[in-house]
Amino acid sequence: MQWQFWIIQTLNSVAFGGLLFLLSSGFSLIFGLMRIPNLAHGAFFMLGAYFGYTLLQLNLHFWPAALVGGLGVGLIGILMERFVLRRLAGNEQGQVLVTLGVSFIIADVCLLVWTGDPMPLAAPQALRPPLRFAGFAFPTYRLVVLGIALVAALALYLLMERTRLGAMIRAGVDDMEMARGVGIPVSRLFTTVFLLGATLAGIGGVLGGPILNAYPGLDTDMLPLALIVVILGGAGSLLGAFVGSFIVGFIYNFGIALVPDLAYFVLFLPMVLVLVFLPQGLFGRVQL
Amino acid sequence: MTASAAIPALEVAHLSKRFGGLPATRDVSLRVMPGERRLIIGPNGAGKTTLFNLVTGDLSADGGSVRLFGQELLGMPTQRRVHLGLARTYQILTLFPRERLIHNVVLSLLGLDRRRWNPWSILTANSDLYADARQALERVGLGEAAERIVVETSYGERRRLELAMALAQKPKLLLLDEPLAGLSQGERQTVRALLDAIPRDVTIVMIEHDMDTALGFAERITVLHYGEVIVEGTRAEVVADPRTREVYLGD
Amino acid sequence: MTVRTLVAFAVVALLLLALPWVIGNEFYVNMASQVLIYALFALSINMMLGYGGMVSLGHAGYLGIAGYACILLTVAGYDQLTAAIFAVAVSTVAAAFFGVLSLRAPGLGFIMITLALGQIVWGVAYRANDLTGGDNGIRHPARPMPFGFDIRDAPSFYYFTLAVFVIALFCIWRFSRSPFGASLMGTRDQPRRMRMLGHNVWLVRWLTFVMAGFWASVAGVLYVYYNLFLSPHAISLQQSAEILLMAILGGASTLTGPIVGAAIITLVKNVVSTYVERWNTLLGVIFVVVIVFMPYGLVPGCAQLWRRWANRAKARKATSDTAPASEASGQRGDSMTRAHGASETAQ
Repeated sequence: MQWQFWIIQTLNSVAFGGLLFLLSSGFSLIFGLMRIPNLAHGAFFMLGAYFGYTLLQLNLHFWPAALVGGLGVGLIGILMERFVLRRLAGNEQGQVLVTLGVSFIIADVCLLVWTGDPMPLAAPQALRPPLRFAGFAFPTYRLVVLGIALVAALALYLLMERTRLGAMIRAGVDDMEMARGVGIPVSRLFTTVFLLGATLAGIGGVLGGPILNAYPGLDTDMLPLALIVVILGGAGSLLGAFVGSFIVGFIYNFGIALVPDLAYFVLFLPMVLVLVFLPQGLFGRVQL
Repeated sequence: MTASAAIPALEVAHLSKRFGGLPATRDVSLRVMPGERRLIIGPNGAGKTTLFNLVTGDLSADGGSVRLFGQELLGMPTQRRVHLGLARTYQILTLFPRERLIHNVVLSLLGLDRRRWNPWSILTANSDLYADARQALERVGLGEAAERIVVETSYGERRRLELAMALAQKPKLLLLDEPLAGLSQGERQTVRALLDAIPRDVTIVMIEHDMDTALGFAERITVLHYGEVIVEGTRAEVVADPRTREVYLGD
Repeated sequence: MTVRTLVAFAVVALLLLALPWVIGNEFYVNMASQVLIYALFALSINMMLGYGGMVSLGHAGYLGIAGYACILLTVAGYDQLTAAIFAVAVSTVAAAFFGVLSLRAPGLGFIMITLALGQIVWGVAYRANDLTGGDNGIRHPARPMPFGFDIRDAPSFYYFTLAVFVIALFCIWRFSRSPFGASLMGTRDQPRRMRMLGHNVWLVRWLTFVMAGFWASVAGVLYVYYNLFLSPHAISLQQSAEILLMAILGGASTLTGPIVGAAIITLVKNVVSTYVERWNTLLGVIFVVVIVFMPYGLVPGCAQLWRRWANRAKARKATSDTAPASEASGQRGDSMTRAHGASETAQ
């Protein structure tokens, strides 16, 4: 039935958009504050999915697994920030390239530990039966993922607008020199933001597991999407990451469903339009 | 004096620029005639360098107009303004530090030369460029240092190099942003002599803090404060004007 | 050029020409061809990186566009020359277009956009099964016969590749010494200043982007002739990263650096992957180590060591000490190698 198809695809799109938000909000924050496009962010997402898989194998419940998996990735993020990125302070180009190198290492280690077969993650038992409403069957788990992403968006918004940490981050994004001058502890802020960003990506990976599975190549599938979200939505902007995530989620999902051969190409068009007419992205606060 | 002496070399009209909520340049208008030596002074933060940036195109203006010999500059990319005869030195030296002095000047000459688009010929084979570059360096007393690399030169020599690069462009309007900053007394005299030697077909607008040296050089002075023109006139007029004292001593 | 450089050049040329006789083993001759192809690739990306300060992470895309175009056209029945020319042309046009997009945001934005574009090319190749065979890739029917020469065996192909490589190297060498090259290096160091001197910084960067895309396309056609096969793996992010690493490892600021880097990475990859399965981890580790500890790369690093030994030997012979200024001005050569000497003594 036609309706069923469109509704399911719409739901899949928004759920995927939610996942993309978890992935790209961290990326956008890190880029906005530290001016580093963290090219290991896709690998963080994938690592989260694999962590989630193992934690579930160890009979941990889903939600704690998501949290622990996310924090595990966050820890890797801190290690990368403190021991590698910091040594290259001031060398922006070097920092970007180094994140690329780290992404290769993470991806290959995942391949070593978890082998090349895709690992399915089981959604929580309670959410497996579909939600029946108005004669349609909705995938419950995806709705919950969307819900979590919305909650996360709200939490991040409150963090950025209502807390001291958020004020410091916004100051740093707007004008790093000024922020330093005002006495904001920049290096601690960097570590915190990196931890936050990596953890969000990791949680996204776990939550995405039941939908996408954990497989080698998940990192290089997700990274360009995060990039396009930031290019479209604007760097350093939470609203941009939010709006961008859902736009990309829709385009990518419908693209795969309708024209699978050209899904990536369909993503290309809006990115081109934005770059040509609005190089700052829809809500960009930071010069790309 | 040319027949077109009636056209101002630089005419700024109601120029304005805001940074967020902060007005950096407020309704600034001024007119510099060809061959004139104009000095722009004002306390720190008065918007002097911002004004220069608006004229060169390093910053885009919010409103107003900037005309170079009658030609509207706003909206034009920086390099096109340079091709119309604009040159500038910077407050903070922006040289090519790992290159030889002569290469710095050659880059300056290339900027206005069609040969800069040639990806095949060997640059060093263009002996006329190097001869012109050497001449430009000799003009500022750096002929001997042509083969030295910038990092091996003194600060004073670098300031002179910056001047040489600007003069090599044979500009019609030369903007000098604190050309004497950080120089010793002797170096200041050297640079001042070089500035005096610049022929009258080059119009000069200079930002400077060092009153002793700059005042003697300027014919007309514009005083900026908080992005606005407060006083303007001949040297004598501005020095005598009580508002000038206020700007520097008051507030 | 000094006499020393000419002699070095002649020796290298002789070695390269004699290589298939000196090394009888076909496997190594083939590897030499591979090195040349990757070296060309690395040289092309270095036009942007070393001379222009632009980091492109989507460069493998041009290998892909040119490669797939060449195969598809050949399979469709066009003769080899037409297919090759058209493939390079199409890919260069793509570079022109991608360049406009990528340069909308210089600096870090450039890196991100080139990466996204490169991944899109990869994604299209991966998914457009009807056109590109998807993950399975597609075959190039047979090696062409350029001007009637049979290049199916290893030594013949090697000479063919060497010829193309030498022409490319010559062009890129002249590029690096040209007024345009000097402008490019100027825009790398002081873009604002260059604008204020009358240079059109955007146009300089865009033209470089297109030229780099051109040479990458040529490398792509050579790649397809060599492997007689192309799959999306060859145009993955990993490939772009490897090429970048070759340039950085060897020394992005020099002409020979990318060649050395290509040789090292290709050899290590071929040798190591027979013993070690974790090539990607090794690649990542090398990446991190090089960027953190050897950002200028091997060629400048070794050149520096060489100069230090040479100067120490001179100092031991002479009684007067070598003044720092003369050490720096004693070097001629392209602006970048000179630069490193100067920055050394300035410290």
